[in-house]
Amino acid sequence: MMERNTMQPLARFEKLYSNDRHLWRLIFLIIVWMIFIAITRFSRFYSLLNFQTMAAQFPEFGLMSLGVMLCMITGGIDLSVVGIANLTSILMAYLLIQMTNASGMIPAYAIPLVFVLAVGIGAALGIFNGILVSKFHIPPILATMGSGELFTGICLALTKGNAVSKFSRTYARTINNRIFDLIPVQLVIFIVMAILIWFLLSRTVFGTKLYMLGTSATAAKFSGLKTDRLLIKTYMLSGVCAALGGMIMLANYNSARADYGTVYTLQCVLIVVLGGVNPVGGKGKISGVVLAIILLRMLETGLNRFPTISSYYISLIWGGVLILIMVLNYFTENTPRFRKKIAR
Amino acid sequence: MAESLLKAVDIYKSFVGVQALKKVNFEIKPGEIHCLAGENGSGKSTLIKIISGVYSPDDGHMEFDGKSYSKITPIEAIKNGIQVIYQDFSVFPNLTVMENLAFNSELADRRHLVNWKRMREIAEEAVAKIDFKVDLDALVGNLTVAEKQMIAISRALMFNTKLIIMDEPTTALTKKEVRNLFNIILKLKERGIAILFVSHKLNEVFEISENFTILRSGELVATGSTSELDAKKFSYYMTGRDFQQRHFVPVNLSENPIFEARGVGMGGRFTDVSFAVHRGEILGITGLLDSGRTELALSIFGIKPIETGQFLVDGNPVRISSPQVAIGNNIGYVPEDRLSEGLFLSQSIADNIVISEIDRLVKSAGILDKKKRSAEIDKWVNELAIATPDPNNACQTLSGGNQQRIVLAKWLACNLDVLVLNGPTVGVDIGSKHDIHGILQQLAKEGLGLIIISDDLPEVLENCSRVLVMKAGRIVADMNAGETDEKTILSYML
Repeated sequence: MMERNTMQPLARFEKLYSNDRHLWRLIFLIIVWMIFIAITRFSRFYSLLNFQTMAAQFPEFGLMSLGVMLCMITGGIDLSVVGIANLTSILMAYLLIQMTNASGMIPAYAIPLVFVLAVGIGAALGIFNGILVSKFHIPPILATMGSGELFTGICLALTKGNAVSKFSRTYARTINNRIFDLIPVQLVIFIVMAILIWFLLSRTVFGTKLYMLGTSATAAKFSGLKTDRLLIKTYMLSGVCAALGGMIMLANYNSARADYGTVYTLQCVLIVVLGGVNPVGGKGKISGVVLAIILLRMLETGLNRFPTISSYYISLIWGGVLILIMVLNYFTENTPRFRKKIAR
Repeated sequence: MAESLLKAVDIYKSFVGVQALKKVNFEIKPGEIHCLAGENGSGKSTLIKIISGVYSPDDGHMEFDGKSYSKITPIEAIKNGIQVIYQDFSVFPNLTVMENLAFNSELADRRHLVNWKRMREIAEEAVAKIDFKVDLDALVGNLTVAEKQMIAISRALMFNTKLIIMDEPTTALTKKEVRNLFNIILKLKERGIAILFVSHKLNEVFEISENFTILRSGELVATGSTSELDAKKFSYYMTGRDFQQRHFVPVNLSENPIFEARGVGMGGRFTDVSFAVHRGEILGITGLLDSGRTELALSIFGIKPIETGQFLVDGNPVRISSPQVAIGNNIGYVPEDRLSEGLFLSQSIADNIVISEIDRLVKSAGILDKKKRSAEIDKWVNELAIATPDPNNACQTLSGGNQQRIVLAKWLACNLDVLVLNGPTVGVDIGSKHDIHGILQQLAKEGLGLIIISDDLPEVLENCSRVLVMKAGRIVADMNAGETDEKTILSYML
């Protein structure tokens, strides 16, 4: 009787842990890193301003990661997110230039308008990807790599490689605002999108179908799912996320350029895998991806607080973290017996 | 008494708290055809893996050619002449027949350069051993299941083989191919090679094996000469239950057919096929693997739409151009390959049950109604007696029989009029098979129209009221199940 009582909470904990192993590991890593920073660089990291800066920086690639996550749940990938982001931000930058008057002001409706248009452009580009993947059966990695190049190519042709700026500063100032002087607008946009996608994945029919499609496209077909339409919707959502990421880049740099954020393509894939999304499809939670985004941002910002560590090391450290997580995954996923023994 | 080739004595094996084998003894002599039978989870596979060195036993030992081992490695097993042919045959589909055959010996000889002539000689020699005629330059991926199996057998024989273990070798074979396989097994026997044949198909056990061993829940329940075994004993040993055969007799047939095919055809796969199914009826369609039976099933469900002729649902002509149209007309399809087509293996039992009806389980505009969803899941888990402690567990945790119930549940949840089942009990153990047949007969009584496509003739005869035989894309016979027998059906099939 005694033993039963002690076993039950342990078993419950075991279940809680094993259901969301990725989450717990990421939380653990974040805590370890926060403690390390607290010991070594407390005053230079733990300030409101620093957290606000981080919260304004990560949404640009965070939004793109959300899109990549959706595609990866279906067993695909979206490597065109940066291309979509830049094409959207360049087109919107041109529009903002048109709307900017002589005194450097834009009309009040300009910002909502560019956001609505950006969502539309992102959706259209995403649908293009979705059609390539579903109707023409091009492997997603190739289809989106190709379309990403195409979008970047359009950007280059439009801008001749120059930055597009000289539009009203009001746009950047608005997006860089802090609500109640506390919460960056970028973060709000990210949170809204993250909640929307969380809702889609866990509370709607669409989410269930997405996971099922990612698990087995054949079984999905034999169960009567409209797989083509599902894929097109997924890539469309990814396009919308990427376009919003582009709009935040436009604000953060106060300009748009064809080669902004080129490192984000790979970074998004890293984040999504780090967040526990199975690259084969069918598995993955938004909570993991959000934690992975936060972890990477904190790692990078924290490392910047060490003047002796050059920013050239950052790729090295990210690569190291990713491989470490993969190796940890291998051990925890493949040796349940080992884990059970410990639990006993 | 001949010396035994292999003896396994008092083998124990357990996995994380589950006793897979309890004091199992097993013996096989040179040139003996021995059948190892048992339900899923009875420990057959574990025993094979211990013999072939994949697992090491917790206790007990093995004797091979008089030498005793407490455990062996896979390499030692191969050196001792043990070859296992698994269900997937472990062939490389993207290589040619020749490459597949020569690959192992090339590797074993540590050759680094390819000598096509030598490879061809090796391959020719290998296929000649079993008189297997095949184009050596064909890609293995393009061959039929039976041909792949022959390649696996040829490959196994390239070593100094004394014992070949075949894991359910007949699962995906047609009758003719099974015949052919049995002939080869008999030839191997003449050459003194022992065959351990894993199967749970009764007729095969009787036909081919001299001796049998039956496991149930990890324990040896019976072993001996097959001549002393009969169907009833076999089922009893396998399941520990006694079964009554229940021939299906239709009641409440509807006046008009619920589904009808009129002269349907598709690109040379089948032509001019006509039949009708009434509510309350179970129609059987049988034929060899290449008779067009599967294509016909796929066309009813809209995966491969028909090109000529017409389908009628409840008297109205319907163009079934996609699975969605089929489902919209209340037609469901239980596919041939449960694992890849029927189920989302790594997803939960719950989601697998509701996936096809999920659009109806909403509050509004695509938002899931969790209450409705869990009510549906509970209903079907109970109704079909799916054995699971928690419907949120992944599908792959279940046995074949329970998995097939999930596929059934998925379709029954859609309120169908017509259910097409392609091989409803393939890879399902005897107990579950019996239960599934019971479910199907009950469904017919409740007014569903069922079409069973199967080459398991006892299954067709037991469950169907009418049997159509397909051959080379045409229906060649239409009989009442009560007025025919296996022999007659076979004569039409071949």
